[in-house]
Amino acid sequence: MSLSKTEVMGEYQSYMGKRALFFLILLLGTALLASMAVTLGSASLSIKEVYVAIMARFLPDYFESTSYANTIVWGLRLDRILMGILSGMGLAIAGAAMQGILKNPLASEFTLGVSSAAGFGAALAIVLGAGFVGGEYLVIGNAFIFTLIASFTVYGLAKYKGITPETLILAGIAIMYLFSAMTSFLQYVGHAEQVQEVVFWMMGSLGKSSWEKAGIISAILAVCLPYLIIKSWDINAMGAGDETAKSLGVNVERTRVISMVLVSLITASIICFTGTIGFVGLVAPHITRMIIGGDHRFLLPGSALVGALLLLGADTLARTILAPVILPVGIMTSFLGVPFFVYLFMKRRKVFW
Amino acid sequence: MVNITIKSLTFGYNGSMILDNLNLVVEDSEVLGLVGPNGSGKTTLIKCMDKILKPKGSILIDGRDIDTVSRTELAKRLGYVPQSSSTPLATTVFDTVLMGRRPHISWRVSDSDLDKVADILGLLHLEYLAMRDFSQLSGGQKQKVLIARALAQEPEVLLLDEPTSSLDMKHQLEVMETISSLVKEKKISAVMALHDLNLASMFVDKLAILKGGKIYAAGEPIDLLNAKNIRDVYGVEAVVMNNLDRPYIVPLRSLNEGVA
Repeated sequence: MSLSKTEVMGEYQSYMGKRALFFLILLLGTALLASMAVTLGSASLSIKEVYVAIMARFLPDYFESTSYANTIVWGLRLDRILMGILSGMGLAIAGAAMQGILKNPLASEFTLGVSSAAGFGAALAIVLGAGFVGGEYLVIGNAFIFTLIASFTVYGLAKYKGITPETLILAGIAIMYLFSAMTSFLQYVGHAEQVQEVVFWMMGSLGKSSWEKAGIISAILAVCLPYLIIKSWDINAMGAGDETAKSLGVNVERTRVISMVLVSLITASIICFTGTIGFVGLVAPHITRMIIGGDHRFLLPGSALVGALLLLGADTLARTILAPVILPVGIMTSFLGVPFFVYLFMKRRKVFW
Repeated sequence: MVNITIKSLTFGYNGSMILDNLNLVVEDSEVLGLVGPNGSGKTTLIKCMDKILKPKGSILIDGRDIDTVSRTELAKRLGYVPQSSSTPLATTVFDTVLMGRRPHISWRVSDSDLDKVADILGLLHLEYLAMRDFSQLSGGQKQKVLIARALAQEPEVLLLDEPTSSLDMKHQLEVMETISSLVKEKKISAVMALHDLNLASMFVDKLAILKGGKIYAAGEPIDLLNAKNIRDVYGVEAVVMNNLDRPYIVPLRSLNEGVA
């Protein structure tokens, strides 16, 4: 029954070792999957051609690639793989942060109504051609701006009653239904092909990836992630209740609001390019928590890696399973993630919430 | 050595007054019990002392108003033990107690932090639970872990909100014995809201009886726990007996008259 102090420290160290192993496996897994994914696709390139095309960019004196292989690998596959990794990371970390600051297992980055707001922004651009910025950025600009409008409206509504998880969630649900109804209205009045485009947009896809977009997402992640990671202790404390967090020195309301703004920014910057890719942000944190526990110092980066692996895996399957038809990645994330999630859920006896 | 002086403290929600111009002093190394009927303001007073609620009036810690002390600074001096804790998400007992180090650390946890956590787990005989999930513990175990977390803050004063509620007889005694020996060993003070007057009588050095948001009386348990005060404050007729030089209260029946 009784353990010595050394034994307690030993148990803790082995728990930390388990966490480190989890990170190592995920990093290797993501690297392995990415190096496989780049060789797969409907364009028939051999593995050798693919890697010659990659190396030719770095060492042009030693490797010679065809311009066809170069276009496929650098213009279609690598940027898409990078977008998949970055989007998976961002959505998963946003979901984990929302579950933490709202103390709710069903929360995700979409809890504040942002997915339906983004969908409405896109529908507005597609059906009516109306938006904030013109040209090719019409849909992207609308989705981004409406995502932020939804977040700030939710914040404003909740602020009126005091910022608590309950007020934020209820205000988020109200905003979500409002934007869904407006999107439905636009679909009702839109032409068949417009409606189809809206539906495709809302399924989520990495089909419009580019290096530029990946760069924008990286920049936003680089700005937002450090705050969330630094505030891990505070988010941990908030999990034990607002009063406990205050008694431990946390400025609860400020941490919650800033985190919420950053989560919205991350989400907006991703889904404006990809459409709403659901499930990753909800489930990647759960999978991570089941394996390495709920300490946000490890949960946030861990979820990011699980999300990257999940989304990249889903997109690779989506590109290859019915090739040359490319399925929307939003469909594949659930097909791939649900079995794994259910397996963990059934296998583990622990109570997680 | 710490002194907390509470001056004309007033707090209310939407017009209903919970604390009404309350004055109280907490002195060195003592266990102060706050007793009084439901709604008399015990819990509210504790939350005001830890800046969880913002009352009117002033609370001075060693002469300094807590409004001017940052939350983190205050968390190094006062450790709050809530009545119950919403279950943190998949967190082990070790990590729960480690959370108490939050006022002292930035992001990184040092070996000495881990060492302190292991020591506190040992002090409260919780070593065997270290890697268990907090949500799986029994009520008594949870209460001890919450006390351990507050101790990890290395506070000068422990603030406890009904630490024995929902515990069985043995665990009530265990928790009270733990607190009272901690106060002596670590030379800290403890302020606790309590419902059970007999536990209060056994374990507290000083008692403050609250009624209607004011201090009805403050002093040593032996002077305060008598039939008249119990009738006045609780509206209960009781017999007070002497048990090992401590008052022992046997409640007889509730009275309908004269109770606010």
